[in-house]
Amino acid sequence: MSTSLILLAILMWAVTYPTRAVGLLMPAFDRLPRIVFDYLQLVGPAVLTALALTGVMIRESPDGQSTFYVGIEWVAVLVCLVVTAWRKNLLFGLLTSVGLVIVARATGLAALP
Amino acid sequence: MSVIVFAGAAQFAAVGYVAGGLPWFGVVLLTGLLNARHLLYSAALAPYLQEAPRARRALMAQVLTDEAFALSMAHFKRLGRTDERGYWIAALVATWIPWNLASLAGAAIGGSIPNPTSLGVDVIFPCAMIGLAVGLVTGRRELVAAIVGGIIAVAVSLALSPAIGIVVGGLLGPFAGFLVPKASAQETAPLGTSASAERYSMPGTHLEDGGDSVDLRAEPPPPMRGGPPE
Repeated sequence: MSTSLILLAILMWAVTYPTRAVGLLMPAFDRLPRIVFDYLQLVGPAVLTALALTGVMIRESPDGQSTFYVGIEWVAVLVCLVVTAWRKNLLFGLLTSVGLVIVARATGLAALP
Repeated sequence: MSVIVFAGAAQFAAVGYVAGGLPWFGVVLLTGLLNARHLLYSAALAPYLQEAPRARRALMAQVLTDEAFALSMAHFKRLGRTDERGYWIAALVATWIPWNLASLAGAAIGGSIPNPTSLGVDVIFPCAMIGLAVGLVTGRRELVAAIVGGIIAVAVSLALSPAIGIVVGGLLGPFAGFLVPKASAQETAPLGTSASAERYSMPGTHLEDGGDSVDLRAEPPPPMRGGPPE
């Protein structure tokens, strides 16, 4: 890695750390009104699902255009969801879904991205 | 970057942006947008971690990630109260150390792997996120928030950018969750979750000061019925 990229990493940290620290360090967040607390309890499932779905359904072209994508990755996420919920074990869900993708790509059932 | 920034999605994106020749300003701006969701995480965790000294909370913020949030929040909900040690285990032992060791391994031997996508590495992140979401869905409200948040994120990502879509989905999904009556969410919550703790008024999730704010300070749980005597 070029040493100049260390400066980029520091700049990336500079815009990331404040978002992580504001809630934990500002006294206003210590005792939240019940409705705000209830709202924030629902943020986790919404953000994590958003990350998962955009990760497998959206592809960005080099010029920044987003396109809808359909592929084996959908099946992998669905399998991970079902297995994790069924076995109550995230590692088992991850290994199952990754294994499925490896087999599908090796056998030609799914194309490499 | 793994040590300083410690944000997987932003790091993956930044590598692509730098390789694509995007100016640094754009990379930093998109990193800020993509990581804006951490503001929601830290706000959600704040009531649980208010007892920790300020300096320690500042360190906690440095290692706050999707994984640390999801693992510790699910842990707190299971307990029905806060557990600072649980946060450190989720953030450091389960996330920071493996992430940095894996980054080192990738830098050392990654080049010798001809085609990493044939090993399915590209699906690990989205699969991990959906698996972590499963741990946080304890009732209908969470389920609706997750589904609607995901759909909104995809739609906004197509129209604008995934960095914006994730934040908008995360912000708007919970409002859809509010449309589900709270009683139904609690009725379906299994024992050991925060909803069941709240329903049965277990210490640690009770309301104070007239019930308009939340206090989740760490308190030793009472002995369980049928459990070992103290």
